[in-house]
Amino acid sequence: MKVELKNLTKIFPSRNKKAGGEVVAVNDFTYVIPDGKLVGLLGPSGCGKSTTLYMISGLQQPTGGSIFFGDEDVTHLSAENRGIGLVFQNYALYPHLTVQQNILFPLQNLRGKDRMTKQAMLDRALEVAKLVQIDNLMDRKPNELSGGQQQRVAIARALVKMPRVLLLDEPLSNLDARLRLQTREEIRRIQKETGITTVFVTHDQEEAMSISDEIVVMKLGVVQQVGKPQEIYDNPVNLFVAKFLGTPPINVFNGKVEGGKLYIGAECVLTVKGVEDQEVTVAIRPEGFNLEENGPFTCQLSNVEVMGRDVSVVSKNDAADSPVIRSIVDADNKIDVSKAEVKFSLKPHKVFLFNKETEERIYFEV
Amino acid sequence: MAENKETKPKKEFSLREKLDEFSAWFKKFLLKIKFDVWKGWLYLLPCIGLLLVFTVWPIINTVRISFLEGYDSLGAIGGATFNVGVGNFTRVINAPRFLTCLKNTLILCVLTVPISTILALIIAVCLNAIKPLRRFLQTVFFLPYVTNSIAIGMVFAAMFKMVGSHFGTGNEYIQTAGIMNTILGVFGVKPVNWINEGSTYAANITVMVVYIVWNALPFKILILLGGLQSVNKQYYEAAKIDSTPRWRVFLRITVPLLSPMLVYVVITGFIGGFKEYSSIVGIFGEGMGAPGAKGSLNTMVGYIYDAISNTQYGIASAAALILFAIIFVVTMINLYVSKKKTHY
Repeated sequence: MKVELKNLTKIFPSRNKKAGGEVVAVNDFTYVIPDGKLVGLLGPSGCGKSTTLYMISGLQQPTGGSIFFGDEDVTHLSAENRGIGLVFQNYALYPHLTVQQNILFPLQNLRGKDRMTKQAMLDRALEVAKLVQIDNLMDRKPNELSGGQQQRVAIARALVKMPRVLLLDEPLSNLDARLRLQTREEIRRIQKETGITTVFVTHDQEEAMSISDEIVVMKLGVVQQVGKPQEIYDNPVNLFVAKFLGTPPINVFNGKVEGGKLYIGAECVLTVKGVEDQEVTVAIRPEGFNLEENGPFTCQLSNVEVMGRDVSVVSKNDAADSPVIRSIVDADNKIDVSKAEVKFSLKPHKVFLFNKETEERIYFEV
Repeated sequence: MAENKETKPKKEFSLREKLDEFSAWFKKFLLKIKFDVWKGWLYLLPCIGLLLVFTVWPIINTVRISFLEGYDSLGAIGGATFNVGVGNFTRVINAPRFLTCLKNTLILCVLTVPISTILALIIAVCLNAIKPLRRFLQTVFFLPYVTNSIAIGMVFAAMFKMVGSHFGTGNEYIQTAGIMNTILGVFGVKPVNWINEGSTYAANITVMVVYIVWNALPFKILILLGGLQSVNKQYYEAAKIDSTPRWRVFLRITVPLLSPMLVYVVITGFIGGFKEYSSIVGIFGEGMGAPGAKGSLNTMVGYIYDAISNTQYGIASAAALILFAIIFVVTMINLYVSKKKTHY
């Protein structure tokens, strides 16, 4: 089931009643979530990603725009009639019911022709429990389960009535680091096995990039960029997106373009064709640096962090936006730590230029 | 004491020294007796003292007196001795008046506790569901709690009473059916003699149930509303997404999640119900019954008070212990039943 969002807008009245005014949580969001894909809504807190999710769920009504499930307009359909499954951030499992009763709960609500026999319900619950691998925990109460197990029960409860769309609100935020890795792969597997169109919300770019078919990067209610994770990483449309994706974060410098050459500080670091002379913001991915003895870009070496496969070179530059620059180079490179300076050449496809004012991407040719 | 050293004038020097000596000795003494432990007991002392005098001793004394045959307080002061036995208990249990009181108390308990609990639950859920006027209505529902129950009883009595009097000459007899009967009359119900002379037992009990339920509601609503407000809203959102019918949300989510509060409300309701007394005084006065049928609505506590005012302390003590035993057993049953059904 594809989900279509058309000019979706949500405006909340401002909290400060005296001052009046309103807060635009989601602004003119248009996007088609492809059928059977896993889509991540990504952004910092307050960017409207959860609001979008809750509008898709029907728990919140959009102020403007419309939502389609397939060809059906569900904008004014209430949550219970949309046929969605929602996994809450803190799971919201009924504490007084066992795992089995929790999973059965949605099935027992079915009425009329959808009503299943008792045995069919039990079979269906067991089937879903097996899918999320909790079939051995059916008689436990939620407070006897670990966070990861609760998460699985919540997913099972959301899946058991075969929702048209599965929604996950910050599915991994309550889990510890190791469980998070495991669970996100699990979510991916379950989604692939069921083929249900799935939307999840996260503020963790790594999480979004690792399992999503597509991600939507949002900021202050406005969609910044939509696309496959790798495409967005390789081709950010503005400085916000470039900064938001990637660990370690992208390195940002003040620079200028003059006569087709890019200067950081006084050094000409790259030739950039097709760009007018102007001050620019330069962003370079950590992996965009090559160690080169006579490289054009000089930084003050601080220290070197060995990470096994790679080496992270920490250095400083006066033109940098942040106190340190992190560059990741292959561990085969021998770096003389005693030296005060380190010289780099840059990989042009890892260097992005942005307009100083608008922070929009400036494209260049090498 | 040592802290005051600098502020004291010099002329008291010798006294100071003595005080310092004493305080040093006292500190050592405190260390010796492990003052940490004693300090705790010291702080508790005022409270424990009062409890011992006004709660523990009366309880012990009640038990003691209840087993003394033919106890008489004046005689006791005079140094008389009494035989130990269960005579007080057998006399209480065999007294028809006591059985009437027991019956009245049980009837009121069994009727009022479930009715008031269910009503309070419904009102609390409704109050929790509305936004405008909630605070105002909360206050309105809570008002009976802060009002004197005798005063409320008098108002209720006035509402249920038929008023009649000879006015002027003997032939001008004016009678009104009372506010309640007038209201019921709108719905086509014939006037009922609720509490006047000649009223039936059933009518009397009905009035008592209405009054006790009304009086018990505020506390129960308060507790249940507090419970409801602490329930995570996401359970309801989850239920909504699973298209759960309203009644099912109520029975399968609200009630189980409120069960600890419900158990509390039921248990305290039963305890309060067994101690019912002032509500009957409020409506029927100290006669504990409609005029002409005095004592017909007397309760256990009323029986105990009567015995005390007749200086039958042995009887009063025995009746009090019987009441205690009943409350204890009922509470145990309550806890036993609820343990199986409660989610904590």
